[in-house]
This record gives sequence, C-alpha cells and structure tokens, in this order.
Amino acid sequence: MMIEDWRSQIPNIEALARAQGLKYHPVEFEAVPDSFMSEIAIYGLPVRMPHWSFGVRYIYQLIQHRMGLSRLFEVVFPGNPGRAYLAANNSVAENVLVTAHVLGHADFSANNILFRRSQQQVGERIVEQAAAHARQIAGAIQEHGLERVEAVLDAALALEQHVDVDQDLRRPRYPELLPERPRPADDEFARRFAALGPDTERPSSSGPPKRAPVPPHPEKDLLWFIAQYAPEMEPWERDIFLMVREESFYFYPVFACQIMNEGWASYWHARLLREADFLPDAAYVDAIKCHSDVVRPTASGENVALTTNPYHLGFSIWEKIIEQHGLEQARRIMEEDDDFAFIRNHLTFELAQELKLFRFKGPPNGVLTVQEVDLHRLHDALLAPKYGFGAPTVSAAHVHVDGKLDLAHDHVTDGRGLDTERARRVLEYIARVWRRPVAITTVDSDNRPVEISVTP
Amino acid sequence: MSDISQSGPGGAGWYDLFSRGARDWLRHNEKVREAVRKHLPQIVAGADVLTGGASTVRVPVRMLEHYRFRLRPAGEQQGVGQGDAKPGDRIGRPQHDGEHQRGQGGNEEGTIQYTLEFRIDDIVDWLWEEMQLPNLEAKAGRAREDDWTREGWDRRGARSRLDRRRSLKESIKRRGVQSATGVDPTPFTDDDLRYRQLARREQPTMQAVVVLLLDVSGSMGERERQISKTFFFWAIQGLRRQYRHLDLVFVAHTSEAWEFPEEDFFRVTGTGGTVASSGLRKVRDIIDERYSPSQYNIYLFYASDGENFPSDQPQAEVALEDLVADCNYAGFLEVAPLAGTLPDSEIGKLFLELARDADNVGAYRASGNDDIWDAVRHFFGRQGTS
Repeated sequence: MMIEDWRSQIPNIEALARAQGLKYHPVEFEAVPDSFMSEIAIYGLPVRMPHWSFGVRYIYQLIQHRMGLSRLFEVVFPGNPGRAYLAANNSVAENVLVTAHVLGHADFSANNILFRRSQQQVGERIVEQAAAHARQIAGAIQEHGLERVEAVLDAALALEQHVDVDQDLRRPRYPELLPERPRPADDEFARRFAALGPDTERPSSSGPPKRAPVPPHPEKDLLWFIAQYAPEMEPWERDIFLMVREESFYFYPVFACQIMNEGWASYWHARLLREADFLPDAAYVDAIKCHSDVVRPTASGENVALTTNPYHLGFSIWEKIIEQHGLEQARRIMEEDDDFAFIRNHLTFELAQELKLFRFKGPPNGVLTVQEVDLHRLHDALLAPKYGFGAPTVSAAHVHVDGKLDLAHDHVTDGRGLDTERARRVLEYIARVWRRPVAITTVDSDNRPVEISVTP
Repeated sequence: MSDISQSGPGGAGWYDLFSRGARDWLRHNEKVREAVRKHLPQIVAGADVLTGGASTVRVPVRMLEHYRFRLRPAGEQQGVGQGDAKPGDRIGRPQHDGEHQRGQGGNEEGTIQYTLEFRIDDIVDWLWEEMQLPNLEAKAGRAREDDWTREGWDRRGARSRLDRRRSLKESIKRRGVQSATGVDPTPFTDDDLRYRQLARREQPTMQAVVVLLLDVSGSMGERERQISKTFFFWAIQGLRRQYRHLDLVFVAHTSEAWEFPEEDFFRVTGTGGTVASSGLRKVRDIIDERYSPSQYNIYLFYASDGENFPSDQPQAEVALEDLVADCNYAGFLEVAPLAGTLPDSEIGKLFLELARDADNVGAYRASGNDDIWDAVRHFFGRQGTS
C-alpha cells in the first residue's frame, strides 16, 4: 500500500468513528519528517519560542533516538480544527492505527471538561497562537537584544508550571481597596442595643477605605503575579510572561489527563480497528501488532518494569469501565474526570492485581523493595508526580514597601523542603525581572525553616 | 515519499526550514563557552602547557541546567511498577532516560558530559585584553639569527627538493627542440631535473630565555606550588607575545639545585631548608653555559616562600646582584599566606633592595590564586613603563 492508500482510508475510519459515537472537531492530518516530529516532542508545540533549554532537550532527544529508545508515531493538537502530525516514515498500517488513535484524542479533547475550559480560555488554534508568540519574541530579540529577552525567558519558563488554572486566563488585578465591612443588619436587637445609651451608637463609617495588601492571599499564579505586580517590568517583558502563561494553560489538561487521554485514544484505535472490515487483511494484522507494541506494560523481553505505561494503564481501565458500566457511562467519565478522579475511582483493587501493579520503595540509589498491596497508597504513588502541575507548591506571600518580594514554599503539603541550590538559581532568574530582592522560605533537611534571598 | 512533503504548507523542503532544536543547542553551547571562559586561568594553568607542546586545551563540561523549583531529594524513593513481582521482592534501581551517560553517585539527573576545545593562543589574547595586562617591552635588535630560505634552482640537489613542475617544463622545452630535429625524444633525462636551492639568510630576530626558579623545600606545599605554577604560566605567556622563540629553563632548589624538564619540574619535592644562593648560582651556570647575554634576552622569575637561611643571605645577595646585571628582568614572587603585597621575607628583602636602584628588578607577594593577575601586572607594568 502507498501513502495515498492511507489517505484514502481516512474518510472510512472517520465514518466508523462517528458511527461509534465519537464527537469531535474536524482534524487536519499531515505527514511530517522525523526531524519535525522530534522538534514537536522537544518544544511541545510545532513552532515555539526559542530558548537554550530546548537545545538541551534536543540533544537528549537525539541520543535517545539514536539508541532507538523513543519512536514517535503521532502528535495531535486539540483545537478547531485539530491538527494531527504523523511521522512520515510510519508504515501504512501504522498510519491507519494512528489515525484511529488521533480520532480518539480528538473526541477526548472536544468533550473533556478540562480541555474544553482550556480551549475556551486559550483559544482553539494553539498551533497558530504559539507560532505568533514565537514571532513576537523574535521581534523582541531584534529590538532589545538576545541577552535581555533570554533573561526574561529564563525566569518565565522556569516558572512555567506555577500558574493557577482554576482562575481565568485573563484575570483582573486584585481590588485596590479592602472591601468595607458589611454593616450589621438593622434588626430588633440592634435597635434595642442602640437605645442603651449614646456610647453604644455605631460609628457611621469605619473611616476612609484601606488599601488592600498585595497579594491579599497567597498567590499560586507566579507568572501572572509577577507580570501584574513587578515594580519595574517593561511592557514587552510582561507580554513574554503572559505568553508563557497562556501556553501553560494550554499544556495543563494535556498533563492532568495524560493517562485517561492516552487510554481513551488507545481504546478507540483498538475498537475501530476491530470493526474496520474495509481494511485489507495484511494491514489489519500489522496494525494489531503495532497496537500491542504500544499498549504493553513492560519493554519486550522483560517481565518487570519500574514504571507504568500510561497507554496500557489507561487502556486497561477504560476497557474495564466499558465492560462493567457501558459506553454511555464511560463517556460521562471521560467528559468530567481528570487523572486524579479517574485513577482513584476506577483503578480498583482487582484491576491493580490483574495488571500486576505494585508499589516499590527504597533508599535513594539503593535496592528497592516491593511493598504489600495497598490500593490507597498505590493511587498516591501513581498520582504524586502529577499534583500542582508536577511542581512544588510555591506562592507569592508578600511584597514589602521597598518592593522586596517574599515567596513561600508550602513544605507541609509537599512533605519536604526545596532543593536550596536550585531555588536560589530560580530566585536569581526572578530577581532580574522583579528588579528588587526576592526571598523564599522553606525548610532544610531537619525541617528547620530557612530563608533564601537574592538581590538583583 | 515525495507526495508526503508536498502535502506540507510550502511543498517539498518546507520542513527543512525548521531546525530550531539545533539553533537552541548552539545558543546553549555559546553560554557554556561564556561560563568556561571565566574559569580559564585555572583550567589552563592546570594543564602541562608551559613549554607550548599543546596548542589547545580540552575542557570537560556538563550541559547547563535550566533551574526550576524542585523538592530536595527524598529520604526514600517510591514509585509504581508493573510485572511479575511480589511483595518483599528486592529489585535494582529504576532506570531513567539518559542513564547511559550518568555520573556515579548522588546524581539524580542524567547528565551528558562533553568536551570543549579552546586554542591557548585565543585564551591568552582574550585574557590579556580582559585583565588589561601590559605588554612587555622586548630587547630588540641585539641578536641575529640565521635561517634558511628557498632561493633559485639547480640541476643537482636532494631528492626531496625536486621541483616537478619546473622539471616538466624543462622536459617539454627539450622535447620541443629534439622533435624539430627529427629525433624521437625520451620523456625525461637527468638534465631536465631541477632542484630547489636553499640559501642561508641573516634574519633579524629576538631570542629570549626564561629561567623559572622554584623553591621546592619542605615549606612549599601543594598550594604554594600551584600558585607558583600558575604565575609562571602567565609570565611566560606574557613573554611569548613578544618573542618568537622562547627557551624555558626550569630550576628547582632546596639547599642544592637541579635543572628539570617541565613535566617533572612541578612534581619535584625536596626536603630540607632553603638556600637561595645555590639556586641562583645554578642559574648563573646555565646562563654561562648556554645563554650568552649578548645573544639572549634573559628573564628570571623566582617563586619561593622566601624563608632563606640567615647564614646564606650574604652569598645570596652577591649571587643575585651578579645575575641581575645580565638579566632584562628579574622578578620574585613571594608565595605566603599573609596580607599585603609587599614581600618581607629574607629573599624578598634582597630583591626589594635591588629594586630601589634598578628598574629591572621587582618583587611581589601572592597569598592566593587571585593575586596572580596583580603580580603579573606588577612585574610587566613596571617593565613596560620603564
């Protein structure tokens, strides 16, 4: 079969998908060279802002690729239209499978609440928007020089995960003034109390309204906070912070629904393939083989892995849900949940046993011991890397009169303190755009409070 | 395949326009170079590069990390795995991406090490600018040197200097004449061959010798020697900027003195006390034997903690005065962990005494690596302005 054979199959696969109840925006398919695929994997988006840290990822990717460790079949970007990039060296059978897989993703991102909300806020054309950001930053480099733009990106990208997706993307500044305390109701009790004498009379007003402290409460969205409240940031620097933040809002659901999303797409490619009677037999067999390569728990030739394959895990959970509760219920779960709810509610003890999942622990760099089965802890260990966008819980706590910024690390939530050397380096990045001293409080290895502070 | 690339927005070749990964990687490397540059003085002096054998230094570097907030390493690691394992089973460490290049122990991140190569000449030029070190005035025109240059051709000569192009021309000329006379010409005869000739030409040049005198007595520890070595290196680099040929002589002394090749020089450890005159006399002998002051510009740099035997002071004073008379410059670096840059050791005082009357003598104290630049600036600056 030639590549055109794959293209000619797309309408068939789409018709089948729609008949099975998948609802999605149109998807534009494109076959692209390998080099382009790896760049998408490195940058997260087909065209994204330049930064030296992507160069480091590029080299790791090259090495992994040379060693055959990673193979990318497809990348799909949600939106209207969705954009799917397929590796040009996929075989036709692989492409048939990948097409079905992409439609599963498209269905997921068009219906899942996190994805819908993110697209509502960020927009439905992330590929074009990110490219526009990249162009804007190229312009800033022209105008202000590489060094200065890089300093801003050093800080903004280091704080990439520190956003608050529960707030709006376009969020107003805090109110300038403290809200006036609501006057007590003018009821029977108040009247009798006032009648007791002149000294019980209520003051008519509590004086001039007071300025609200900034931030009024610990602020998780550091990118937003710095862009809004940095004492001397230039407008183009704020723009860069807000661009990075916008891309983070886009990335969040991809991150927070990875297991569900990959599982859903894998479930659908398997199911659509089973029912695709229009495929030639050879292509069908190749595609099934490809499916079992992707959706398998351990690398070939091994029978124990110290990681889990999100494709396999998600796929297995969805199969079980659909088997037990039916497709309609599964679609409802797909629409409403993220990985946290999905794992906690649907990775049952029996399924964990069936999948041979186990929890291990041990000293750093030491021998690991497989633990007794405990479903609750298994859930925790699976989900631990996903909390807070995978980053420590850091918030802006206070801005002093002289402009010094205090950050606070919530070590109680995170269970331990920050790596102080890295924290110092990040503060150095921030201080260059905040242009005033920046400090953070956390705890050391003995749980004693420490403050790290950096002066620009 | 071709129909694939045509499906792209700009037709064939469109995707080749994207090489952002490589571009960002180059930028990363530029940043690494900038970072390495700051440590070059130490890196360069650490290598065995004094005699100029190596023209480049290779510096192992790590990839830069773009820092983010991270939790400190946990007291224990945990995770979820999958497969045939039962509670209580013990297994090896988890394998992460990129672990093939991982350093040993405590290194949670797989990091790739690679090597950057720097040309020493570039480093020196760059540092000289950066540190604003003065150039040393050379003693010009005293010595002349003979050199061979190519000049003309001859029918006789060494095989290696056969000029084939010229010989072929001769052959063609000869055959042209011979075929006109009706003789069938042989391709080559011995008479066709032409050899390049060399002639001895006098060339004005400047020769110089640097004598590095190092105190290796017991009181000179590892740190003192490292400082001395780094200082010597930069002093030599300063002179190299002026002289095409620079001879180096390495002399170490305790109560005796020996000449060493460079590779052994910095490893020599002596025991016993410091007798400066023995070192100075050894230098004198070497100069008399090999480096006539009429032919050479002579530089002496002496590094020591300066604690000479009191009984040796008179001899040392005589030997030093005698030596300084033939030197373009004699500098003493007192390596001592004391404050201030004015030496006050026995030998330091001798140099300072001479420096009062002569501008080709200097002394300076270095207590750490940071003082080396000032020392070089001190010696060379004075010489340069005189």
